[in-house]
Amino acid sequence: MKTTEETTTAGGGDVRLTGISKTYGDFTAVHPLDLTVPQGSFFALLGASGCGKTTTLRMIAGLEEPTSGTVHLGDQDVTALPPYKRPVNTVFQSYALFPHLDIYENVAFGLRRRGIKSVKKQVEEMLELVQLGEQARKKPHQLSGGQQQRVAVARALINHPKVLLLDEPLGALDLKLRRQMQLELKRIQTEVGITFVHVTHDQEEAMTMADCVAVMNAGRVEQLGTPADLYENPRTTFVANFLGTSNFIEAEVDATSGDDIVLKAGGGKLVLHRSRASAPATTGGKILAGVRPEKISLTHADDAGRIPEGRNRITGRITESSFIGVSTQFVVDSPVCSDFEVYVQNIDRDPRLAPGAEVVLHWNPAHTFGLDAAQDIDAGVETVEEEVV
Amino acid sequence: MATVTEAPPPLAPPAPETKPPRRRGRWTPYLLLLPGLLWLVVFFALPVIYQASTSVQTGSLEEGYKVTWHFATYWDALSEYWPQFVRSVLYAASATVLCLLLGYPLAYLIAFRAGRWRNLIMILVIAPFFTSFLIRTLAWKTILADGGPVVGALDALHVLDVTAFLGWTADDRVLATPLAVVCGLTYNFLPFMILPLYTSLERIDPRLHEAAGDLYAKPSTTFRKVTFPLSMPGVVSGTLLTFIPASGDYINSDLLGSTDTRMVGNVIQSQFLRILDYPTAAALSFILMAAILAVVTVYIRKSGTEDLV
Repeated sequence: MKTTEETTTAGGGDVRLTGISKTYGDFTAVHPLDLTVPQGSFFALLGASGCGKTTTLRMIAGLEEPTSGTVHLGDQDVTALPPYKRPVNTVFQSYALFPHLDIYENVAFGLRRRGIKSVKKQVEEMLELVQLGEQARKKPHQLSGGQQQRVAVARALINHPKVLLLDEPLGALDLKLRRQMQLELKRIQTEVGITFVHVTHDQEEAMTMADCVAVMNAGRVEQLGTPADLYENPRTTFVANFLGTSNFIEAEVDATSGDDIVLKAGGGKLVLHRSRASAPATTGGKILAGVRPEKISLTHADDAGRIPEGRNRITGRITESSFIGVSTQFVVDSPVCSDFEVYVQNIDRDPRLAPGAEVVLHWNPAHTFGLDAAQDIDAGVETVEEEVV
Repeated sequence: MATVTEAPPPLAPPAPETKPPRRRGRWTPYLLLLPGLLWLVVFFALPVIYQASTSVQTGSLEEGYKVTWHFATYWDALSEYWPQFVRSVLYAASATVLCLLLGYPLAYLIAFRAGRWRNLIMILVIAPFFTSFLIRTLAWKTILADGGPVVGALDALHVLDVTAFLGWTADDRVLATPLAVVCGLTYNFLPFMILPLYTSLERIDPRLHEAAGDLYAKPSTTFRKVTFPLSMPGVVSGTLLTFIPASGDYINSDLLGSTDTRMVGNVIQSQFLRILDYPTAAALSFILMAAILAVVTVYIRKSGTEDLV
């Protein structure tokens, strides 16, 4: 009891995972992993189901014992501590509210266990924060999914944990409610300033909420960074495909000049800035040149002469187009890539851009990123589709 | 407009067709109830009425019995046999408590810890049912026999001195003592405690244990505040399934007890089958039934099961 009190008042600290791993028999759920979550940040662990993100979270909570490695909260090594002695709280995927207790008692549970007698004020304040003051005497099964979710958050937050762990907390909610709760959680996090570690398979959720995202795949962290950094500078095809959509061109390094790498793909030449290549480029070597669909401009082949100099260009023919409202999404068949995706803002729509039209795709070379060609181009693609369905 | 005028014809023809099935559907629940109701009427309601009338009859075996509304039989039966009633409740309650103490840890183990052994342990729990009640109780007679290894061991450990002091055993024997009867009752009704307990424990989401641990509850507190309250439906039905038949039981007292351990079941049995005083036997049966109903009602009210999920 005492340790909990002391650590919660001792004032935060980072969550540090050092060489932490988890194996079940022959299966390695989490490969040795080093991760530091800065104090006060909203951190997301993003990945498809079975990638080890929930296991990692459970090891921080103490619900899973790591096979190797240590967990530190601030300066305190909590690896050997059972969950009830750790100054962390969890919002469970299915909320795990106590069905025999009413909302008030659910929220008061943690305080009572720590021997706090006068819980009334705190519980009422917490219920106000999540806008459930009037439901205090109801049982969990009498509430809607969104309300139960807020009870789960309140029940955890009332303890002022050093770290709040959220295990896919929005997974059971419908899309509209999910968007609303994302903003709500973000607001609460900013208000209370507690470190949030959020596990999700929804890349949009991770990007909108988190300050920092760790993309996990097959028990490893593929890449760690701010949402914008991950999106703009993916270092693996998995990250490039899992976060949004990417187009890849298998290219050969033709020459290197200063900060630019000149690539040869199909018949044409592409320019890649050296700073954006995450794989070493040696003349004659292979590299994957990637570009995001919204960075590309589409010009009808008849107007090709009007495209400014110095842009990367590729020719192709439109095979599909779908009108989304804000934008139109095209699929273009080109010699270097059979299904090039292009999103064009609907500002001045060119009526000639219809399936069958010959077009030129062109973009600023600065938007090209280079990846190691030894990878599977489609890594992370199927998983995304699975999750969507 | 066209759709409105065209709509009724396709709707009209099916209407008469749907009527007969609906009428049949309305009677289906009653038809399904019928066999069970008939069974209850023939084998429960009629015997109860018959016994009720017997209990207020007077007369003798030779002259025949007549209904004389002689309610004094109840009072006489109660004043003569109240020690047996008290003993029945005491023995049944002791056996129920013992069953709960033995059964809860086992049910907990099966529900949460047994893993792949779960089915095997369940079979072991039910296995005694493959032998007759009588044979199993007779086996206890051998186990607790005077000079047997069990009694010898208990004697050597001076356990028998303690139980004798408490009045549970006498003369360095176990057989023919209250202890033997309670042990027999406990043994025979243990599965009726374990099965409902297991069912309600198994329904508890293991994540609730994790949530409690996450919210600073020690394992013992988790049990007290989460697991046990959530298993209350199992505790209530288990104790009822043990207490009710145990309080009416006479086999255990008959085989393992003595004249000093006679329970109300033994009295009813001998009144019916040996002394042939049918009114007294019937009156005793009704008093027992009323007593059990009263105990059960109070118990269910107190444990507040209707409030549990």
